[in-house]
Amino acid sequence: MSVILQSIAVARKDLLIEWRSPSRVSGILFFALALLLMVAFTTDASAATLRKQAGGALWLGMLLASTRSLDLSYAIETEEDALEGLVLWPVDPRAMFFGKAFANTTILFLVASALTPLAIAIFDAPIYGSVTHYVAFLALGSAALAAPGTLYALLTARARSASVLLPVLLFPLVVPALIAASRGTSLAMEGDLMNQAPSWIKLLLLFNAVHWSLDALLYGRIVEDG
Amino acid sequence: MYSRLYQLLKMVGDPLADFIQAHLPLIHTQQAHLIGAASLLLAAALGFNHKKLPFRWEAVVGVLGVLLFIYGQAEGLVLAPKESMMGDAGRILYVHVPAAWVAMVAFGAAFVGSLTYLVTERFGADHVSEASTEVGIVFSILLLVLGAIFGRPTWGVYWTWDPRLTASAVMMLTFVGVLLLRAVIVDAENRARWSAVATIVASINIPITYMSVKWWRTMHQMQSTKNTLDPDMRAVLWFNTWAFVLLGIWFIATRYRIAARQAADESAPALPEAP
Repeated sequence: MSVILQSIAVARKDLLIEWRSPSRVSGILFFALALLLMVAFTTDASAATLRKQAGGALWLGMLLASTRSLDLSYAIETEEDALEGLVLWPVDPRAMFFGKAFANTTILFLVASALTPLAIAIFDAPIYGSVTHYVAFLALGSAALAAPGTLYALLTARARSASVLLPVLLFPLVVPALIAASRGTSLAMEGDLMNQAPSWIKLLLLFNAVHWSLDALLYGRIVEDG
Repeated sequence: MYSRLYQLLKMVGDPLADFIQAHLPLIHTQQAHLIGAASLLLAAALGFNHKKLPFRWEAVVGVLGVLLFIYGQAEGLVLAPKESMMGDAGRILYVHVPAAWVAMVAFGAAFVGSLTYLVTERFGADHVSEASTEVGIVFSILLLVLGAIFGRPTWGVYWTWDPRLTASAVMMLTFVGVLLLRAVIVDAENRARWSAVATIVASINIPITYMSVKWWRTMHQMQSTKNTLDPDMRAVLWFNTWAFVLLGIWFIATRYRIAARQAADESAPALPEAP
């Protein structure tokens, strides 16, 4: 079976588990929502400042929620040693990476989409700019968090007592993507008068290209034995 | 006292600087860069066979580095001309820039070590990666602190969220993450393999940091090259760069030995002879 078919099978498996008991999506959705509210409370900013913060707050919520989501995506694998089963089947490690990263991207994207109307309401920041750009930033940003996240979450899931390290490893790494996604989202919300969005999209595309290829190659070195 | 020191340094320093400038046309930062990287690789290669050497080669490098550092500091603080715009504050350039180069080269060495480990599975390469990561972090902390001291008189602030500054700080943090990961994995083989993977992924930040002044609009100046520096300053920078490179190699080699000993200590003791 080719890598693509295997990837689809792995992604389908992960999404099916989520579909049957959507505890992960609902859990991290409310986690991120709580975070958005906290940002709005603690900064105590004026309405205009709050509106400017909407994109950044949304992605801060997504970033923190993503660590929980990524952790959980391996909790289901390690509980009954299901990961060993996948390795022994044998599933190509690249297919495992692509499948899991795609499932993680989908879940993050769904959470981001569900958060959007809530963020709009909390921060009073309707989308004045391009909705297409907004959706593109959500999708590319989710993919940019998911790719290195899928690799690092496996690492921290396999090393005992290392799950606390996932944010330490992941956050500095995704800074470029996070800046691009939050600036881009803000631009889409406020209206992009200077046409800056394409350059942020380009940065996100580059980030995704590097991580989706490099991390897929390295994934096998962690998943095999150990 | 200062003037006497100046006279003394001028007596020794000027002919030496003239000699080097006359005979070595490579007072060119990019070449120094390449040589620095090559030296670190050489140090790594030597490190693999360190047991066959009759003496600790890195001690020689270290002594040379310290001497060159003392001389370079004297040059930078006393002999070098004042910077035309920044005055004496400009002198910090002579330590800030070398620290940045050595930090990047050390992280580069960590990348090479990790890649080598994944290909060859030799623990020596993992030790190189571990040592270089630590030394790179030390030099990048130095870089950030010196940059902050530099920034206050020239930009008016210690820190600003400029792309170059942000990228440098982020580069340091990614490698700190790798060290933290190393600390929690018990099994030696897993530790080597997994931290190699983490190091390679973290290395994506090295070119981003280096190119950040070109890719984004930034307050930070472009990379310094032969053409952007006055010849007098170039010579001083050249001395200090070599001092930092040699000190970096010395640190990495020493740290490598510690890592090798720890690894030997970790592995199970030999079984006793059968009676």
